[in-house]
This record gives sequence, structure tokens and C-alpha cells, in this order.
Amino acid sequence: MSEENKQETAQVNMANLRGGIEYASQWQLMWARFRKHRVAYASMVLVALLYVVAIFAEFLSPFSPEDPSSRTVYQPPQVLHFDGFKPYVNKFTLTRDPVTLAPTYVKTDEKTYLEFFAKGYEYKMLGIWETNLHLFGPKEQGEKMFLFGSDKLGRDMLSRVIFGARFTLSMGLIGVILSTVLGIALGGVSGYYGGKIDWAIQRLVEFILSLPTIPIWLALASALPRNWPPHLVYISVTVIISLIGWTHLARVIRGKFLAMRGEVFVIAAKLDGCSEARVIFRHMLPSMASHVIAAVTLAIPSMILAETTLSFLGLGLQPPAISWGVLLKDAQKISVISNAPWLFLPGVMVVISVLAMNFFGDGLRDAADPYSH
Amino acid sequence: MVDTVNTSIQTPSSDIILDVRNLKTYFGTGDKAVKAVDDISFKMMRGKTLCIVGESGSGKSVTARSILQIVDPPGKIMGGDVLYYGKDPKGQNLAQLHERSKEIRSIRGHEISMIFQEPMTSLSPIHTIGNQIMETILLHQNVDKAEARARAIELLRRVEIPNPGVAIDKYTFEYSGGMRQRAMIAMSLACNPKILIADEPTTALDVTTQAEILALIKELQTSYGMAVLFITHDMGVVAEIADEIGVMQNGKMLEFGSAEQIFYEAKNPYTLQLIDSVRKLETSARAARGSRATDKKLMEIRGVSKIYPARSTFMGKANPPFKALDNVSLDVFEGENLGIVGESGSGKTTLGNCVIRVLSCSGGEVLFRMADGRITDLAKAKTGELRQVHREIRMVFQDPFASLNPRMTIGQIVGEPLLVAGTHTGEALRKRTEELLETVGIPGAAMERYPHAFSGGQRQRIGIARALALNPRLIIADEATSALDVTLRSQVLDLLLDLQDKLSLSFILVSHDIGVIRYFCDRVAVMYKGQVVEHGPAMKICSAPDHPYTKALISAVPGTHPRDKRIVNRHRYDAEAQASGIKLGGN
Repeated sequence: MSEENKQETAQVNMANLRGGIEYASQWQLMWARFRKHRVAYASMVLVALLYVVAIFAEFLSPFSPEDPSSRTVYQPPQVLHFDGFKPYVNKFTLTRDPVTLAPTYVKTDEKTYLEFFAKGYEYKMLGIWETNLHLFGPKEQGEKMFLFGSDKLGRDMLSRVIFGARFTLSMGLIGVILSTVLGIALGGVSGYYGGKIDWAIQRLVEFILSLPTIPIWLALASALPRNWPPHLVYISVTVIISLIGWTHLARVIRGKFLAMRGEVFVIAAKLDGCSEARVIFRHMLPSMASHVIAAVTLAIPSMILAETTLSFLGLGLQPPAISWGVLLKDAQKISVISNAPWLFLPGVMVVISVLAMNFFGDGLRDAADPYSH
Repeated sequence: MVDTVNTSIQTPSSDIILDVRNLKTYFGTGDKAVKAVDDISFKMMRGKTLCIVGESGSGKSVTARSILQIVDPPGKIMGGDVLYYGKDPKGQNLAQLHERSKEIRSIRGHEISMIFQEPMTSLSPIHTIGNQIMETILLHQNVDKAEARARAIELLRRVEIPNPGVAIDKYTFEYSGGMRQRAMIAMSLACNPKILIADEPTTALDVTTQAEILALIKELQTSYGMAVLFITHDMGVVAEIADEIGVMQNGKMLEFGSAEQIFYEAKNPYTLQLIDSVRKLETSARAARGSRATDKKLMEIRGVSKIYPARSTFMGKANPPFKALDNVSLDVFEGENLGIVGESGSGKTTLGNCVIRVLSCSGGEVLFRMADGRITDLAKAKTGELRQVHREIRMVFQDPFASLNPRMTIGQIVGEPLLVAGTHTGEALRKRTEELLETVGIPGAAMERYPHAFSGGQRQRIGIARALALNPRLIIADEATSALDVTLRSQVLDLLLDLQDKLSLSFILVSHDIGVIRYFCDRVAVMYKGQVVEHGPAMKICSAPDHPYTKALISAVPGTHPRDKRIVNRHRYDAEAQASGIKLGGN
């Protein structure tokens, strides 16, 4: 070896033998980059919190979402106060206007004290063990409080919003998983093989994209038998939503495959003797994984919105199932909006979770390519 | 190097057009700031050419951009003066003007104009060339449209664009690369600037086109009496046109002096290294080392063509089929280095890709004699057979950044062919990978690192290690050194030659760079428009070629001696000039 070669060998800085940026994999680089994106990072925490709420809905909700009371119909939200360290809410009493018989709630000085780990209704934690423990609730069992107000049957909106998160958010996730499987399979085939298959799949995608979505959803959803149990409706609605949702993902993945097919390192892998499967699964897919995850994260909000739309129009989930869309259905009438504006709170939750997921997905997408500037 | 400046240039200050003093341009602030230009001083003389030469990342472009205050954010001029004596004999400090002020805008494009590396991106695709030149004239000078048009035609004539009266109404895409750069020069001359800053204006061009542009700049400089600040990484170009030279590295000016001083009396070791690495490529390493070529045929390329079929356009007009390779026949002998040289579009890369079957041939045979004596026709080989052949023929790619999978460690990358072939597993694989890395001068302990931890030259070594993994007999190197800085270029070539001495290897080196070919190859094939126009021993082709195209190509290569002025005396190939020109007149 000549003089110069030795010189350059010495230039490889071997100071960091373990750890350090030289040993950082793509995922580690991506994570480091993602963490610099403050809004996306905060959004990720928020999204994680929302899913935790969905999983532990029973524990976090103070009351059963199906617990009606004729004495608390459309009760306005109560404001949380603190007596020292003891949280309490002021009780409301129901009075009726002697002429119109319209119910009005009057705030009184009586207090309902709250406590953490209060006892309430019985449920199975994670479906395994029975308990009646809740994160918080009124100290006296049997007392009521409505932090988010109550609905037309006097049920606690807070508990209902928490239970709604479970259906809505899980539907977003499952719908996206279905779409991703379809999208990767069809988009991948389309992009990798090209030619006639690509042409056929792309025309199919264009056909589906040209269909007006809401009428199609409505048609498909109204084809579901009315007497199906909620869980079957839930699965069918998810499938209906993802049947349309996969098209965008398929396009993203096809584009990535097309770009990657010509990448020099993929040609190099082929010349290394790799089989087609190895080229795809060892070389191409890992390079796309980060982009796919980002695209998938950005697809969840549209799923959530689709579910909300369908249920709002009365064609998605049906009561007694609770989702944010089902809850919003109660807020369709102008009289309700003027008398009980807190019934819009599920809509606020939709906005918050969609925004959070969009920021999270944007952050992921920006971080996905550590070499871009 | 302020003292060098003061001692070397003993001229009265009235000849100075631009005086840069202690210029500092940083990207970012605080400790993390990247000092792109770090305390640089130099002077430019009226009517002279100053070349700033340096490798990538040396800060040469940022220096040029700092003069006009067009540094991309977050770059900022942190200190120093740029005194311009073109308007005001007492000097105007450009560094202190606000970057959007009226004063600096009246300087930009009017007093000091600039041309860039990529003529495609600096010209607007939606306006005619004429409109773009006229806009510059109308913006800075008080003339009417007809007068501006007349001036624009005159300018196009000055930059030697044929039939300027017609060419003025053409769009950018109708111009070839060289003509675009001419149009850019015409635009920059529109207001008779006192200084022309040229930032790598010929880097994206072929060598014959480069020679044309360099000659044009030189000629215009004398007739307009401009000072030229020429930024380049190519010492050859410097030798052709420079009156004065500044050598930059890591944001510092290492050496400054007249062309003769730098080329013959350089003191700085880095300058010497730069000049040596260029001069080295004017010799043949094969002659020095002794060729190992035998007369046993390793590969026979017979009548290979690659034709892209005719495609009907949107309006139903058919484009004629494009012959990327037209009946190419070549032999490769064992232990031999065959060079394939040509300009962009000559089909040299297509030939390399067809030989290894990255692209399939439209016709012809590629006969390869395997280690066990069998003869395989690569042009028709089936997948299984091809996989066998690909163990013996390997490829080194041009771009060291794109050719390594960023999601695998270099150990995995180099070991991949071994793993897939099933020859090594587990500890044996690790050992062999380490050994391969050591062979190319990368410490084996670095095998757990990812490609981003390595520089371009080191990555190219990793690519070579991967090519060596299965003990190949033929390596096709497609422009393997053209993405590297000049000092690294000869190192990588030496590495390949060292490997050839150790292992019994043959090379096909595809390159546009005559110097690389001359240094590395035994035989050369010159390609032009899909055909081999001439082939023979490297020394003969590079010194006494027969074909007129080869003559033009060889004579356009810049030399390394400032006194030679090779480009002024270059050979011109007429067919080439016609082909690169746009179709003018009747359609």
C-alpha cells in the first residue's frame, strides 16, 4: 500500500469506539432529529395520552356512560374549585319555570367534594379483573358531578367523551392498518414491477379517488343490516373507510418504490446476487419504512374524520355504541346548540386529536430523511 | 496570508479594482459557527484573472458570494471589508452595505456580475433567452426596447452563438449546455461589468465545451477589459486562464501569488499536493509499474447495440429511435485495464451497464470466459447463470453517497455478497469482512459504523471492498473517481492498481477524464455518439490520436503549465460543433 493510502487510513477517527453518531442507525438519527421538532414532540406525547385514555376508559371515567338520570337532563358543566387542596364542585338544583316548564339549573352553595381513586360503578379493568376503583369521582358514592355537563338523558358527558375516544381512536388505528396492508401490497407491486400491472393498479386508484367519498360511504354503510350488533357494525364501518383510504397510501408507496428502484444501492444489491425478495425486504423496505410510518400517521386523522362524519350522519356506529361522531349527532339541532353548547365538546376533541396527529406526522416526515436539509 | 499579498503584488493602488480585507463569513453563531470564510484578504487587478482554487468545502464559493452579499442564510458576513474601486476612486465598502439596499443592487449585475455552475437552473425556462438578456439591459440602462433587442443580438454574437438574430427568440431548453452557459455570459456582459465572477462555470460541461467557454471568457476579458474572479476546483483550468491564484482550504487562504509563482515556486504543502495530484495524472502509472496485461481474452464484446425504440409523442409525431450504443465491439484481456472515454451522451456508461447486464442489450454478444473456462454470453444469460457471472464481474459506482445503503453498517454492506452467496457465515463472515476493509485501508474495527460516518473517499473505498468480496476477475468502474476531490482521485486509482498487483484483476474504467484514463489504462476506446471511433494503446491515443474527434478531445484537456495555453491552440471538431448547436432557421 502506498504512502497516501496509509495517510487516509489514519484519518478514520477511531476515538468513538462505541456509541456516538458514527454508530447511530437510521432510526437513532431519525429520533434525534424528531426530538428537535418541539411541536411534533409535544403532539406525540398528546397522541400517546389520548390512546392511554382510550385504553383505560373505564378507570378514567367517573361514571358509567349509560347511567341516565331524569333530574340532570342538560345540566351545564360544573367548574372545579379548590378548598385548600380539596377539589369540589358546587351543586346545581333543578327548577322549572312555572309558566313554560323549561328546566333551569341554579348554582347553590352546597359542595360535592371529589377525591382520587374514588369508588364508583363496577367494571373489569382491561377486561381481566373486576374493580370499582376510578381515577377520580365524588367522595360520597352515589353523588353526581358533571365537569363536561350532561346530555339529553342526564348522562355524564365527560365519561361519554372518554368512552367515545375508545371507538373513534381505535377505528382510526385499525382502519389505517387495513389501509396500509392494502396500500403496501398494491402500491409495492405497482411500483416494483411497473408496466401493465402498474397501469392497471393506477387506473383503479384513480377510479376510486374519482368517486365522491361521502355518497359511497353512505351507500355502503346503509347496506349494513340495521339489526347487526355494534361490534359487527364497528368492524364493517372500519372496512368501508379503509377501502377508500388505501389509495393515497398506495400512491405514496408506489412513488417511493419507483424512486428506489433506480437507486444505485439497490442496483448494487442486485449485482451482489441478492434475490428479488431480499432486494425488496432487506434493502428497499427498510429504507422506506420511516416514510411509510410518516404517511400512515398522517392518514389516521382522515380515518378519524371519516368515522366522525359517518356516525354524525347516522350511518356509522349506532347508539348504544359511543363514538365522538355518535355523540356529535346529539348536537345537530339548533335548539340543542343554543341550550346546551357543551354537547360540542366531542367535536373539540376531534379537532385536538386530528391536529395533534397531523403535527406528529409532519414531524415524523421531516425527520424521516436525516440527509435532507 | 496578508504578508504574501503585500510582498507579491507591488502595483500602484489605482490598478486595484477590488480589495478584500480580513473577510469573515460564518454560518451560524457562537461556538458552533461554521467558519466558511475565515479571515481572507486578497486584491483583484483591473483586467486580470484571479483564480480561487480549492476542494469542496474550502469556502471558495462563499467568498465569491460574500462579495455580492448573496450568501445563502444562515450565512452572514461577520467582519472585514470589501473595497470596490470601480465607481469611487476612494473605494466603496460592499461588506457594509445592507444586503437589500439600493446601493448593493446597483452593483450586482451592473458593476459586478456573476455566472454560475448550473446554466440550466440560472436561466428561466419560461422566457426566451432574448427576453432574459433584454430584461437585464432594460433594468440597468436607460434604453428603449428596440435598442435593448439590438444590443442583446450583438451580445449573443459576441459570445459566438450562431445566427443570433434567430437564436434570440429561442427558449432555454432549445440551447445545449454550452450554449446556455454562453447565454449566461452574454447576460452578465449586458451592462459592461467591471468585474465578472464565474463560479465553477465549466464544471457541468464536457471537456471540449469547457475549452470553448474558457477561450470565450479569456477573449471577452481582453476586449472588455474586465477583471475576472474565477472559482474552480480544477488546477488544469487554473493553469489555462489564471493571472493570479489564491489557494483555499477550510475557509483559509493558504497561498496567493501569480500563476507562475504558484505553479513553479509554491511553498505551501497543500498547494504542492494539489499540483502534484494533477501532474501525476499526466503520466501513466501502467508504464511506471509495468503492465500485467496478457493476451488471454477475458471478455469479447461483439456488435453490442442498445436502441431505445421510437415513441410517439402526444401530438402523434414519432421521435426516431435512439441508438445509445451502435454496434460496439471490444476485447478485454486478462490483467488488462481498458479505458472507455467519451463525453456525456457518448454511450460509455450505457456500455458499462450493458456489459454487466444492468441494462439489457438490444443486440450483440458479450462473451465472458469464466474462471472454470466456460464461455457465457452475458447478453442472453438467464438469472441463475447471471448470478454466477456477477460473482466474477463486479462494479464500482460513481456516487459514493448513493451506492451504499444508508440503513446498513459498512460491515453488512461489504459482507452482503458473501452472505448472499453463502460462502461465509458467522465468525468467518466477520473475519473476511474485516480483512476486506483492511485491504482498502479502512480499519476493520469501524465495521459497525454506518456510511454517514465516512467521507466521500472512504465510502468509495468501502464500495471497492464490496466489489472485491467474491474475488472477482473483472471490475467495471463507472466514473469511480469523478465524484471525488482531485487529491483523493489519484489515491483511489493507486489503491485500485495496488489491488491489481495483489489479486489477478482486470478493469474496465469508464471515465470522461483523459487524465484518469491516461494514468490508469493500458488500452483506450474512445466513444462518440454510441460508437467506438478509435481504440488502441493508451499512450498513443493520449499523445498522437488519429481520429479528428479524439484529437479535439485530447487538445481540449487543460494542461498544468500556465505558459502552455493549450486551449488557445486547441483542435476543433466541426461535427461536434454542429451537433451541439441548436437547429436554427427553418424548422
